[in-house]
Amino acid sequence: MSAAPGATTRAALNAAGVRPAAGAGIRISDLHLSFRGPSGSLEVLDGVDLEVAPREVVALIGPNGCGKSTLLRLAAGLLRPDRGEVTIDGQRVEGPDPRLALVFQEPRLLPWRTAEGNVRFPMELAGWPAERQAARAADLLGLVGLREFAATRPVHLSGGMRQRLAIARALALEPSVLLLDEPFSALDALTRERFNVELLRLWERTGTTIILVTHSIAEAVFVADRVAVLSPRPGHVVATVPVELSRPRSLAQLDSAAVSRAATAIRAQLADTTDDQVALREAAAVGLRPGATAARIRETAAEAGTAAWFDPFGREGD
Amino acid sequence: MSAPAPAPRGTALGPRIAHAWLPVLVSLAGFLGAWQAIVLAGDYPPFILPGPASVVARFVRAWADGTIAPHLATTLVEILLGFAVGGVVALLVGVLLARSRLAERLLSPYLVAAQATPVLALAPLIALWFGSGLLSKVIICALIVFFPVAVATMVGVRSVDPRLVEMARSFRATRWQLISKLEVPAALPAILGGMRVGVTLAVIGAIVGEWAGAERGLGVLINLARGSLFDIPLMFAALLTIALLGIVLYLVIVLIERRLVGVR
Repeated sequence: MSAAPGATTRAALNAAGVRPAAGAGIRISDLHLSFRGPSGSLEVLDGVDLEVAPREVVALIGPNGCGKSTLLRLAAGLLRPDRGEVTIDGQRVEGPDPRLALVFQEPRLLPWRTAEGNVRFPMELAGWPAERQAARAADLLGLVGLREFAATRPVHLSGGMRQRLAIARALALEPSVLLLDEPFSALDALTRERFNVELLRLWERTGTTIILVTHSIAEAVFVADRVAVLSPRPGHVVATVPVELSRPRSLAQLDSAAVSRAATAIRAQLADTTDDQVALREAAAVGLRPGATAARIRETAAEAGTAAWFDPFGREGD
Repeated sequence: MSAPAPAPRGTALGPRIAHAWLPVLVSLAGFLGAWQAIVLAGDYPPFILPGPASVVARFVRAWADGTIAPHLATTLVEILLGFAVGGVVALLVGVLLARSRLAERLLSPYLVAAQATPVLALAPLIALWFGSGLLSKVIICALIVFFPVAVATMVGVRSVDPRLVEMARSFRATRWQLISKLEVPAALPAILGGMRVGVTLAVIGAIVGEWAGAERGLGVLINLARGSLFDIPLMFAALLTIALLGIVLYLVIVLIERRLVGVR
């Protein structure tokens, strides 16, 4: 993620030994989860199915509180599902798994450690020898353009630098699947666009499979091969919308017809979600009256040739 | 002999040190002045309240003739051992209390009761059980150090950001790694805060322990000076030594804190 020109950076990286890890396929099948509290149980996920191919980038989008973050935690093995399973290349995820790494909404850095110390944290936990840690940390800090800041503590880094550091830390153990939970939502819009580009560059170099949770349709469409739309709670995948956009991608492509087609289809799926801030905001931007939003957007979507509201379990509206 | 080119750092450092220490010196002068004024105004005899000049003179003489040093050495050993034992046990118990509500419920009544019982009242009992040697003082110091450090550790570990714990768990941290690489380092400012309190209490513990029975130590010296020697300036010199010892130990903890915690 450095500002250095691509060619030299790539050569430096190859010399430094950052080689692509083999991305793995991840399969989420029939995932159910309820949280039991004193006032009864709350159904969060109701049969989530999602299959992500090796090296694919899939964005998860859905209304607030639909369980997107919960879904990522289940995939990362931090929570156990009531029913269903997550498998990576056919092997079941039973708990926190070295094949997966999670990047959180906040950088979650250890304030008493330097940038290098933070990147080394997972390697220390994994019991790597010191020389291997140092070499890998140097590679990773170079990868995200923070080599000069190796000895700097997080308080002295900008918000963007902290999130880059968090991404470098997530890549420490060469995971084959990277799970990102709204990683850029705290950044301003311009920085965010730049980070999307840099995330893709990082993806090209490391070759991980990526699942990105986001609130932004633009971000989802720009980054992903497919966008999975989740219903309001209890969440399940309402539809997956393919993004017909060539790679490598550039910000200029954001104005293309393929992007607006995908965005329209996503909005159509989101339109039926009741407490959905995203859909209302996006609909307003397209110039529709809020009252007519759902119906009109569904029409548009039908025209675009995408399935309208569809419930994979045929539940009646209750 | 000549220094035509003084280091630029030296010239900047001199005034900076002066700037930092000037208020300390001013307040010390004010304290000594007030002390002397009270002695003069009340016209107290030296065996009630000696003036600062005579106390300092006696302090210097007692150091020069080797009266204080062996007592100080004994007391210092008691404090350091007691602080180390009490601190380590408190650290372990503090982590346990933070991680287990059951442990907190089972243990905290006893911990609070032990803390609420004045160490002054416990000291003779401990001296009775463990003799008048080093052991009883170490136990008293450890007991008095224990509570502030244990409570600070418990509060510090409990206030560790759960999001950091989740991050560490996502990297497959073991239970021990969570404690050693996340919770204790994160709680370190709080723990060292407890140790600041604890180390000054350890000084009190050692003196009280010596009063309950001992052959040597600054507490013994105070008793001697007040009793058989009836040398009140010497008693003040011993008090001055204890006060300075407390300040030095406190500063040591502060320095360790600066070194370990630094800027967060």
